[in-house]
Amino acid sequence: MHVPDGFINAPVSLAAGAVAATAVAVSLRGARRELDERTAPLAGLVAAFVFAVQMLNFPVAAGTSGHLLGGALAAILVGPYTGVLCISVVLLMQGVLFADGGLTALGVNVCDMAVVTTVVAYALFRLLATVLPRRRSSVTAAAFVAALVSVPAAAGAFTLLYALGGTTDVPIGKVFTAMVGVHVLIGLGEAAITALTVGAVVAVRPDLVYGARGLAKPLELRRADGTVIEPVISPVAPRPVRRLALVGLLAALALAGFVSYYASTSPDGLEKVAHDKGIDSKAEEHAAKDSPLADYQVKDVGDARISGGLAGVIGVGATLAVGTGVFLTVRRRRSRAAAAPAGSEAV
Amino acid sequence: MGAGHAHKLYRHARSPVHALPPHCKIAAVFCFVLVVVATPREALWAFGLYALLLAVVTAAARVPAAFLLRRLLIEVPFVAFAVLLPFVAQGERVTVWGLSLSESGLWGAWNILAKGTLGVAASVLLASTTELRALLLGLQRLRMPPLLVQIASFMIRYGDVVTDEMRRMRIARESRGFTARGVRHWKVLATSAGALFIRSYERGERVHLAMVSRGYTGTMPVIDEVTATRAQWTYAAALPLAALAVCLTGWMLT
Amino acid sequence: MTPATPPSLEVSGLAFAYPDGHQALFGVELSVGRGERVALLGPNGAGKTTLVLHLNGILGGGAGSVRVAGLPVDKRHLAEIRRRVGIVFQDPDDQLFMPTVREDVAFGPAAAGLRGAELAACVDRALARVGMSGYADRPPHHLSFGQRRRVAVATVLAMEPEILVLDEPSSNLDPASRRELADILRSLDVTVLMVTHDLPYALELCERSVVLSDGVIAADGPTRELLCDEELMAAHRLELPFGFDPRSVALRG
Repeated sequence: MHVPDGFINAPVSLAAGAVAATAVAVSLRGARRELDERTAPLAGLVAAFVFAVQMLNFPVAAGTSGHLLGGALAAILVGPYTGVLCISVVLLMQGVLFADGGLTALGVNVCDMAVVTTVVAYALFRLLATVLPRRRSSVTAAAFVAALVSVPAAAGAFTLLYALGGTTDVPIGKVFTAMVGVHVLIGLGEAAITALTVGAVVAVRPDLVYGARGLAKPLELRRADGTVIEPVISPVAPRPVRRLALVGLLAALALAGFVSYYASTSPDGLEKVAHDKGIDSKAEEHAAKDSPLADYQVKDVGDARISGGLAGVIGVGATLAVGTGVFLTVRRRRSRAAAAPAGSEAV
Repeated sequence: MGAGHAHKLYRHARSPVHALPPHCKIAAVFCFVLVVVATPREALWAFGLYALLLAVVTAAARVPAAFLLRRLLIEVPFVAFAVLLPFVAQGERVTVWGLSLSESGLWGAWNILAKGTLGVAASVLLASTTELRALLLGLQRLRMPPLLVQIASFMIRYGDVVTDEMRRMRIARESRGFTARGVRHWKVLATSAGALFIRSYERGERVHLAMVSRGYTGTMPVIDEVTATRAQWTYAAALPLAALAVCLTGWMLT
Repeated sequence: MTPATPPSLEVSGLAFAYPDGHQALFGVELSVGRGERVALLGPNGAGKTTLVLHLNGILGGGAGSVRVAGLPVDKRHLAEIRRRVGIVFQDPDDQLFMPTVREDVAFGPAAAGLRGAELAACVDRALARVGMSGYADRPPHHLSFGQRRRVAVATVLAMEPEILVLDEPSSNLDPASRRELADILRSLDVTVLMVTHDLPYALELCERSVVLSDGVIAADGPTRELLCDEELMAAHRLELPFGFDPRSVALRG
């Protein structure tokens, strides 16, 4: 998805460049907090890792293969700020050295591939990690969903930039459907590999997975006879937040899926495009042959509806992710403001 | 940056283009591409002139045309996309060889092909006449944040090391009779990726240790500085300024 | 060695446990005089690396003390200590992190504030001492393994250290590179502490050896005597290569 020069017009490219520069500047400060003076070597090595992993092709089916984008993986493994930095540096080097992605489109590329993927993936990952039971399998599951959503979210961000400054007049609905549709498929591969990779790291060095740091067991205190002392700080406080988050997430997803499902039955828009273009028509032929109940017409509309519904769910995921990010920032500000008068407390 | 790949990027030669300070070249290429992107697509002749300008630079830099053309292949995926455009775009249709094509789609395809190709060619010229190290110094000189430059230089330094480790792991897998064929083998590949991450991260920690042992406190000592004379800046500015003249003429004529 | 000059390295009562509770050092006593070359022998897991990381203050906070040329290793003197103690790590790829050989060698002195012609002279001198003068502008990953290890030694020599600490200097070297490195080490007039499993190499380069085992110094004496003490060697999992007899080796000056 490396956008070349000339795909997005000059003003929007420059604006995207400004946004990207701001995001990178914020990440530079954030990464210093995540890694202090180890930032340069560690982020550099992780960038080299992402670069190498992008060359690791995984076979999808006979003859075709995909490769990892790595945004979600980097965010979950090393944290969102460092993740943004690593992917941005990879994109910069690909642009300057390999001419992969245009120089003027660098801002566009950084915005959707470095910023949107990592931020969406990380926010979603944290949210799921709060909601799901504290187990290793939850980390893998959360990584799967986070990576799955992050790729079409980037495609969505690209569509937005395209709507603002695209140089061809392909209707936005078509671009959106094509981009998100294709990227849901890519996202599935990305999600599987990301989840398996995170799972592999968690199994060996759980301490290296930034997103799973909360998973470490609290220290246990025992009396001489072996009975366990109840911890003094009871973990009651997070509970209501967790339940609230769970209910909110489910409600939002249900609503989005439901609304989009019906919204997309209107004759123009996404569904029509899907119908016109006959997405996955080959796969359908197979399915129709095997199943006596399969009616091509109904199935096609159903597919369009589902894809519309899916788009809605993804949209909510993205919105939630951004919302959570804002919420976390605000909360951190507040807690810091509260801590400040209390004296010099290490944050 | 796989083995072999990395070393073909830069073509060593003695030419006036090679001799220019890196930050001048980066700025010139960036401005050139920006001007190209801002040119109206209807001014067909302007793109011809841009191509001519690049050809002059290529000749001055003694970069063989075949080398440049081979490197242009990187944009093939987008060429495929551009070819599709005339079929999906809206607007008036024209019939070419019995195919109904969208006129605006054709313009869009031309726009992407012309500007994209010129952009790629300019970047390739930059990369083939500037050493990796010089590129980083140039970016630093152009006020890229030092931490970002550090990260980039570590990435370049260890790109080969990490890729080599990945290659060794693949050889080890294949020596034991494993070849990845489909979805069933993803788990094995992901396990390798996980192991690669752990190795990379631990190497990062060791590198940090080695840096600290030699007095690193968070900022890189300044060892090399690049400077440019006014004459060198003028020389480098020739390309974007010529392009700008073409671009402005293009806007006036269309 | 006159009593006026303090020993290059003085370790006394050094004990250390990692944050996870695993204790690696149990009271290490070691003194290395100026100009001496000492081999630190010991099986895997004996605490050799832990000890090395104490010498320039990367690890600390346990009991006991480390002094380098009389200067205690603590937070206040960290910058000076890191200049005085030059550690050459086992994997040269970890140590050579800059884009070119010249910048890598310059890194330490530049961090200490050296600039311009002085810095360039310092780099040239260090590269000449390891016979790598012609390679200043090459990227480290284009060099052979043996060359990289020599450059790694140069990066440390450029800081004019009081003591050179080498972690497994002979590992992964082919016989020719191994000999070249030995010649270089012999030609240097600095104190050397060499951590190694390579017993013939220790015998070739170091008059004196100490054995670190289970976090304490288990033996300290002339290398040849230690290597000939079969009981001692067996007790600390140190084994001579097949056919190697330390008694029959003639040592060079």
